[in-house]
Amino acid sequence: MRTQTYKINLGPQHPSTHGVLHVVLEIDGETIVGSETNIGYLHRGIEKLAENKKYPQVIPYTDRLDYLAGMSNNLLYVQTVEKMLGTEVPERASYIRVIIAELMRIANHMVGIGIYIMDLGAVTGVFYPFIQREHILDLFSKLCGSRMTFNYMRIGGVAVDIDEDFIRGTEIFLDQLPKMLHEYHTLVDENEIFLSRTKNIGKISKSQAESFGLTGPNLRASGLGYDLRKVAPYEVYDRFDFNIPVAYNGDCFDRYIVRMQEVEESIKIIRQAMAQLPQGEIKAKLPRIIKPEAGDCYHQAENPKGILGCYLVSDGTPKPYRVHFRRPSFNNISIFDEVAIGHKIADFIAIMASFDFVLGEVDA
Amino acid sequence: MEFLDNIFLYGTSIIRSIITWIGFDPAITNMIMAAVYTVAILVICTLVALFYVLYERKLAGFIQYRPGPNKLGPFGLFQTVADAVKLLTKEDIVPRNADKALHFLAPLFVFIPPILALGAIPFGNKLVAVDLNIGMLYILAVTSLSTIPFFLAGWSSNNKYTMLGAMRAVSQKISYEIPVIFSVLAITMIAGSLNMSEVVGMQGKLWFVFVQPLSFLIFFIAGIAETNRAPFDLPEGESELTAGYLTEYSGMKWALFFLAEYCSMFVFSAMATTLFLGGWLGPVLPGWMWFVLKVHVLMTVIIWIRWTFPRIRVDKLLEFNWKILIPASILNIFATGIGVYLFNNFF
Repeated sequence: MRTQTYKINLGPQHPSTHGVLHVVLEIDGETIVGSETNIGYLHRGIEKLAENKKYPQVIPYTDRLDYLAGMSNNLLYVQTVEKMLGTEVPERASYIRVIIAELMRIANHMVGIGIYIMDLGAVTGVFYPFIQREHILDLFSKLCGSRMTFNYMRIGGVAVDIDEDFIRGTEIFLDQLPKMLHEYHTLVDENEIFLSRTKNIGKISKSQAESFGLTGPNLRASGLGYDLRKVAPYEVYDRFDFNIPVAYNGDCFDRYIVRMQEVEESIKIIRQAMAQLPQGEIKAKLPRIIKPEAGDCYHQAENPKGILGCYLVSDGTPKPYRVHFRRPSFNNISIFDEVAIGHKIADFIAIMASFDFVLGEVDA
Repeated sequence: MEFLDNIFLYGTSIIRSIITWIGFDPAITNMIMAAVYTVAILVICTLVALFYVLYERKLAGFIQYRPGPNKLGPFGLFQTVADAVKLLTKEDIVPRNADKALHFLAPLFVFIPPILALGAIPFGNKLVAVDLNIGMLYILAVTSLSTIPFFLAGWSSNNKYTMLGAMRAVSQKISYEIPVIFSVLAITMIAGSLNMSEVVGMQGKLWFVFVQPLSFLIFFIAGIAETNRAPFDLPEGESELTAGYLTEYSGMKWALFFLAEYCSMFVFSAMATTLFLGGWLGPVLPGWMWFVLKVHVLMTVIIWIRWTFPRIRVDKLLEFNWKILIPASILNIFATGIGVYLFNNFF
């Protein structure tokens, strides 16, 4: 019998492409023989928009990059401007930034894991982590009045100080989080179906991961423990005792487990930061109009999804001449076309979900 | 108690005597009675679907730490009604290049197998529309027809996703038919009868689930696969195939597929109850109440499984069937044969 392969459009409207990713799959029955990832459906021109805004006015736009980790994007951008200006951030502000960034990381991983399990078909798996994320968003909205687009970090510090309520709320949250993680491990980790869907699926070798520029948990699941918080500590990360979880198989299961362990490490960091939290100013003294000297600057930080980099070019005016973001999701998904070949459609869904990418960041 | 037990039988005999009193001849009376049974089964189907749609959402809500539907009426009782109204008023979209006749027929056909099967299932003592001597064979035969509407739906929509869903549905349903039949066969060997009521009657002392635990397990797993429920809901597989064979259906046609799923779940649970859990037998309560209770427990377990497990992959699904379920069920038949032989000759 004569058979032929055919092409199928996975997305841009599809329940599990996490937005508007478009993948043209060439399939032979259910096996993928070719794949072509198209992006650009969510392009909003953030980098171009930023050129027409003053330096502080760019901060809200960064919320929309990786909209599941707005705080971390805020942080990276203001750090870059500070680096350009040569500003010293007050210690208390630095601690607050770390606490907030790590809470954001937990919130992001909660979404990543929840959606991952949901894409594998277990819809209940999404609710347990989302409840935890909701606690964090509640804390954030009390802090800065917003649940997703925070606009909280400021050049030279943070917008508002954290109060007793926030600290107590965070402590309560951290106390009950390990219970949920344990429950989730028992629900998911040893589930035979989950294991068969994730073990040895979408394997990425260390060299492959490096050559495609993977970062974040996706890289660390392939056996390379590269984390900027350890390698090139920014803010006050060098004062805390925490580990970088690494897994060595590079398959979907490892990407899941690395995220789960990272959450535990984040809990450790937040606890230490809250114990050490010093008193003092939360914002450095800066001129009203921020005008860095002409020149350029690159800074990067470990965001929940990987390394987010920001390249700033200044021409000495209050507006940046050029802003460019190195978005981790963009680099991470570049490997899809290579990994997909030979897998089943269902596996491809598992691979996509295990990468935890956000289209807002891919298209910027 | 006697009265409650036979309440439905009294009802039918009253209807029958009214028809006879009006003066129809016996042949026409029988035809009218058949129509009455059919209507009764349709009512059961509808009630089951309406109830379990809400029940599943409530139970799923409970599992997921949320209240579930609770706005319309007490406990959200009218949610299903509101959904039905919404679905009825929705635009019915048929793809331009679809095979329009088949596209229209598929959601109608999907209801036929469960309704036909319910006709031979005893809901209580003598409470069965048609007490067939070959009841089991008949039910297996009509439920195996349920593959066709799914394939029709997938094929007629003229869409790659629906076609993939249809292919999955066919391969899955045909493969999982075999363990279902084999596990029923083991029961037949013990009972020595294909009559559903007789099988129930034999479980007075001991339910067959205790005699044939493996058979029950195989029947239950394969049954979930037969009814397209998670973790075997690959033909729909919404995270992979958008909605599988349902992708191009909207409004009431979609709702018919949806409701039929609950009906076939009910049929399957009713079969499991009859064959393994002693059907209507039980103390104190009227028989039909016991039957409903047992079915309800099975339905709850199926729903519970759905909201706990991830979806299995298509090749693993078939592998599991051909390499585990079928060999196990054949072994089970073999063991049952030896057991029956020994029991008949030595005890």
